[in-house]
Amino acid sequence: MLLTLIILNLPSQTTARLKLGVGSLFLPLVGLTQSAHQLAGKTADAVLPRKEILRQNEILRRENQELRLQAAVAEGTERENAHLRQLFGWQQRQRHHLRLANVILREPSNWWRAIEIDLGSRDGMTTNRPVLSADGSLVGRIAYVRLTRSQVVLLGDPNVHVAALVENETRDMGVIGASGPRNDGLVELGYLSKNVTLKPGQTVRTSGQGGIFPPDILIGQVVDSQPIEYGFGTVARVKLAAKLDALEEVWVVSE
Amino acid sequence: MSLLNALFILATAFVVVFLEAAFGGFRRLTGVQLDLLPPLMVYASLSGGVVTISLLALLGGLLFDSLSLNPLGVSVLPLMLVGMIIYSSRDLILKRQRFAQVVLGLGASAAAPVLSLILLLTTGRKPLLGWATLWQLGVMSLGGALATPVCFLLFAKLERSLVHSRAPETSFRADREIRRGRL
Repeated sequence: MLLTLIILNLPSQTTARLKLGVGSLFLPLVGLTQSAHQLAGKTADAVLPRKEILRQNEILRRENQELRLQAAVAEGTERENAHLRQLFGWQQRQRHHLRLANVILREPSNWWRAIEIDLGSRDGMTTNRPVLSADGSLVGRIAYVRLTRSQVVLLGDPNVHVAALVENETRDMGVIGASGPRNDGLVELGYLSKNVTLKPGQTVRTSGQGGIFPPDILIGQVVDSQPIEYGFGTVARVKLAAKLDALEEVWVVSE
Repeated sequence: MSLLNALFILATAFVVVFLEAAFGGFRRLTGVQLDLLPPLMVYASLSGGVVTISLLALLGGLLFDSLSLNPLGVSVLPLMLVGMIIYSSRDLILKRQRFAQVVLGLGASAAAPVLSLILLLTTGRKPLLGWATLWQLGVMSLGGALATPVCFLLFAKLERSLVHSRAPETSFRADREIRRGRL
């Protein structure tokens, strides 16, 4: 009991190191699980009929051609955009690179929202990097980095606050905060002014303020809103675009 | 209780914590992740000593917190407290009765998360709490209650298969054999 009280009162840096050390004991089991997943995938591929593989290959080839065409068009638009920005003297937008990571573990308790991914400090990960779902919507940010793994706190966790912007006429701004203990994909959008004109279905994106999350990343859609604090403010519920309980792969935004 | 049995308990705690973090099928179904450390603590406190209970609380709690956003050490005290309460009154408990195991599992699985939440709130953290927390605690308690007898069964089977048990002495003695004649 004394030992526990000592651990609880250790400086946060020491506790974080101790946590990383204890957590690294699971490294063999994590490796074993990943190998089992890979083996299952390879076995599934091996038993797939040749006809089905050829069909999937054809679909992927067509999709690849379409995406190449879209990328070429987007590149032209980007060049034009950069040229216009230069003409008007606007600041150039920073380009971000994305790194794909696999979700390997989930938060074992019921009162936090977090996942662990298979990229760590040896892959160049640092804290506070934004994490996106496979389809590009916001998932959370990196909170702790281990050598081979990183812990990501998800949207809805009390440790994640995101400056957000509603895509309506008045472009109302607020802060995405914690959700309820039930993981139903809903989070609160608070700090909205009393005169907001929110309608269900309006898109919510990151505003870029706060310095952690880049602007224009999709967060979700407004479900409903209600006045709070005797009508001095408004709070809205937002349905997240990312399915947080079904994440298998995520993108980590790197500079 | 043998040293081997204590090692089984600690190894099971290690695997159980990993499984809780690695597989979320039950969570997807009910929205609640079960915690199997309290049922394990019930078994340890009814069949082990103070050292086993302390080691399980320390190791299990630290391992759990290392994979969680909990501050390190928060889960140790609740587990320790649950274990010591059961241990202090274990002479009064019919530990082989399924009903007793279920009731103890229910109580331990309800008490451990509540104590953890109280500790978190005391240290200034803001965990996700609401009306749905009651549902989560209910499911965790019921899950723990059902897992406790399974835990006892598994360890009994494991002990039977791996731990050498002394053969019972027979009452037969050659010098006490009654030799019967023809009549």
